[in-house]
Amino acid sequence: MRKVKLWMLALAGSSVLMIQYSCKPKNAGNAVSGDAAAKAYIAPGKYDEFYNFVSGGFSGQMSVYGIPSGRLLRVIPVFSEDPQSGYGYSEETKPMLNTSHGYVPWDDLHHVEMSLTDGQPDGRWVFGNGNNTPRVARLDLKTFRTAEILELPNSAGNHSSPFATENTEYIVAGTRFSVPPDNANGDVPINSYIKNFRGSVSFIKVDPASGNMSIAFQIRTPGVNFDLSHSGKGKSHDWFFFSCYNVEQANTLLEVNASQKDKDFIMAVNWKKAEEYVKQGKGKKETVKYAHNVFDEKTQTAKSTIETEVIVLDTKELKDFCYFIPCPKSPHGCDVDPTGEYIVGSGKLAALLPVFSFDKIQKAIADKDFIGEYDGIPVIKYESALYGEVQKPGLGPLHTEFDGKGNAITTFFVSSEIVKWNVKDLKIIDRQPTYYSPGHLCIPGGDTKKPYGKYVIVYNKITKDRYLPTGPELSQSAQLFDITGDKMQLILDFPTIGEPHYAQAIPADLIKDKSTRIYKIDENANPYVTKGEPSAKVVRNGKRVDIYITSIRSHFAPDNIEGVKVGDEVYWHVTNLEQDWDVPHGFAVKGAKTSELLIMPGETLTMKWTPEKPGIYPFYCTDFCSALHQEMQGYIRISPAGSNVPLMFSTGKNMPTDSVSITK
Amino acid sequence: MKKIFVIGIIALGITACGNNQSGDNGETPKTPTTDQPTSNGNPSYDPNRGEGKFTKVDVSPTLDVAKATAGEKVFSVKCAACHKLTDEKLVGPGWKDVTKRHTAEWIMNFSTNTDDMLNKDPKAQAMLEICLVRMPNQNLSDDEARDVYEFMRKNDGVK
Repeated sequence: MRKVKLWMLALAGSSVLMIQYSCKPKNAGNAVSGDAAAKAYIAPGKYDEFYNFVSGGFSGQMSVYGIPSGRLLRVIPVFSEDPQSGYGYSEETKPMLNTSHGYVPWDDLHHVEMSLTDGQPDGRWVFGNGNNTPRVARLDLKTFRTAEILELPNSAGNHSSPFATENTEYIVAGTRFSVPPDNANGDVPINSYIKNFRGSVSFIKVDPASGNMSIAFQIRTPGVNFDLSHSGKGKSHDWFFFSCYNVEQANTLLEVNASQKDKDFIMAVNWKKAEEYVKQGKGKKETVKYAHNVFDEKTQTAKSTIETEVIVLDTKELKDFCYFIPCPKSPHGCDVDPTGEYIVGSGKLAALLPVFSFDKIQKAIADKDFIGEYDGIPVIKYESALYGEVQKPGLGPLHTEFDGKGNAITTFFVSSEIVKWNVKDLKIIDRQPTYYSPGHLCIPGGDTKKPYGKYVIVYNKITKDRYLPTGPELSQSAQLFDITGDKMQLILDFPTIGEPHYAQAIPADLIKDKSTRIYKIDENANPYVTKGEPSAKVVRNGKRVDIYITSIRSHFAPDNIEGVKVGDEVYWHVTNLEQDWDVPHGFAVKGAKTSELLIMPGETLTMKWTPEKPGIYPFYCTDFCSALHQEMQGYIRISPAGSNVPLMFSTGKNMPTDSVSITK
Repeated sequence: MKKIFVIGIIALGITACGNNQSGDNGETPKTPTTDQPTSNGNPSYDPNRGEGKFTKVDVSPTLDVAKATAGEKVFSVKCAACHKLTDEKLVGPGWKDVTKRHTAEWIMNFSTNTDDMLNKDPKAQAMLEICLVRMPNQNLSDDEARDVYEFMRKNDGVK
């Protein structure tokens, strides 16, 4: 008996250990039940239900995934050069990356926002923010290309951006860093922060037909840090909400010094009122410099213009349009529910989740229920704005999206989980671990009036042991959960590019049938287009040589070029004459200190090349285009400066002067 | 008797895995960082020793100056970015009197087996709720951990 007992105890002990090991959430592999694969499975050749537009973070780009499969469909170059397409390298696209600082080849894209009509995504454009050199980009969802980039003056760290009002009347851009305004003397001691540094929130007007952006006005605010923002909806349509931290206005070791007070703010902006002030001429015109880059689809060429004026509404001088709501502690996300009544603040360092009521905020403003002013802006009493608090939700709340069934899902970075809770009764419904430490999350339409509450995709910040190791640097992991039941079910993991922050997803039907397949060659208005092989030519004008070259399966015209010299400035204008979907041609020349060009059907792209040494330089098509792709090549002869070799160009005519055969 | 044991084992299994399937909504999750000390189900866990390879550290009543000096060098490279030597919290808690709050074994286990300790140890978890930043594992060798401990003793007034 005694022997049996010991044996049983040993078994019990080892079972406990096994259970602990297998259930330890900080380990890869558990929490997936049997039907998960089926839920994420999209059969070969079938389409996903949603497009998922995912910020690329420090890659500067935006990636597009299919949901629920997690398949990477495309990476769209936005703020960073893309040598594979020639974006930022071709003469046509270089102006897209121009700024008031000159050409900037990179940025940090944190958030995406679909264009909205009546508070719902309309599938026309998607916007992305440039966090480092403050910019907002608009991407065209017919072509999946960056159509426009607008720089923001008076700004630094464009973080709480690019969120839209309900009809994309405005895209906003709030600065993470406060800085001295551009037209003030910026050469001031850093510790004069409180005196000299100001925040800025830009309202960017979006033309409803063309989508073209322009800065309507900027609100100059106290020198806090703006983190995130969301517009009101329905009854709160006229309002925009921005989370702020560093109300201490610390200028060093913010990790400690900006966490001193137990509350920061959410700033509520009545943008209709701000519009009125602008109409009444109450804004101040300031002379500044910022780049506005537009890609013209007709000429297929980007143009960069330096703008010089902006209208500023200063909260020190203008009243009754901005209010602060105290929010515990260092709020990150600032998320408005589908009804427009509830505003969720996620204090990164708070042990609770406050939910504010739009009606109560309005009443508090009407009753002047303020605890005082902060740098000229009234501060509403916390309790007077508060609907209620979710108690003990988890550690480190960051972001919230809504499922359209009255529930919210919030990510918790420190406790590494997502938590589903009911917006009305503030009770927690479910919590599931994520692997590891989630940042943003995305429910398709989850920040709009009508969420498609089928999935949540969680973008984790830490990967560790989630995939096969790849050295010190790992892809960030995204995780897909089915949220149709009360319990959220993990169904898929997939790696991502860069560092995803915010992402949005919309039904594929809103986009897929409008997708551009080719550029019509007759409509190609690029000044350097070659419309048909007979028009191919090489033109010398002093030291400038323009090569009008065409590509079609599978040759270039011309493919033999002579009479170009060291010191010449050579422009290769490559026109792809194909008019069939998915037949790009690539173009690369030996020794060119730039990227290849990847030219879509009907498009013209230009590579600038300055040959430095005499010799024969081969060029070829880089994109496998046909069975004879490997034959798609040519030569250009570079002669010494001052040489008399005449200009010559042809295809199929420059026959060999000698013969070669197998000798017996 | 045998049956009861088997049922007990199964029951334990269900409880421990419950947070994924069962209906204990609204409960604190069985995630490492907010776990209660007992819910890891390991009765042998010694909160004074923590979890890790150090079971018994020999500490002399007087300071080992060589070790403390070596520990100070490690401190400046790997620890000082987040810990002050006073009682003031920077990112993590200040080190003043840390050797009076914890045993040598606990400190050395925590500094070398950080993740496991953060997942299990009630004192480490309580500190995490205040600091909200998981202490990173700084890959201290056993000797470095011991040296740093000696430097902490020096900081706490051991001569």
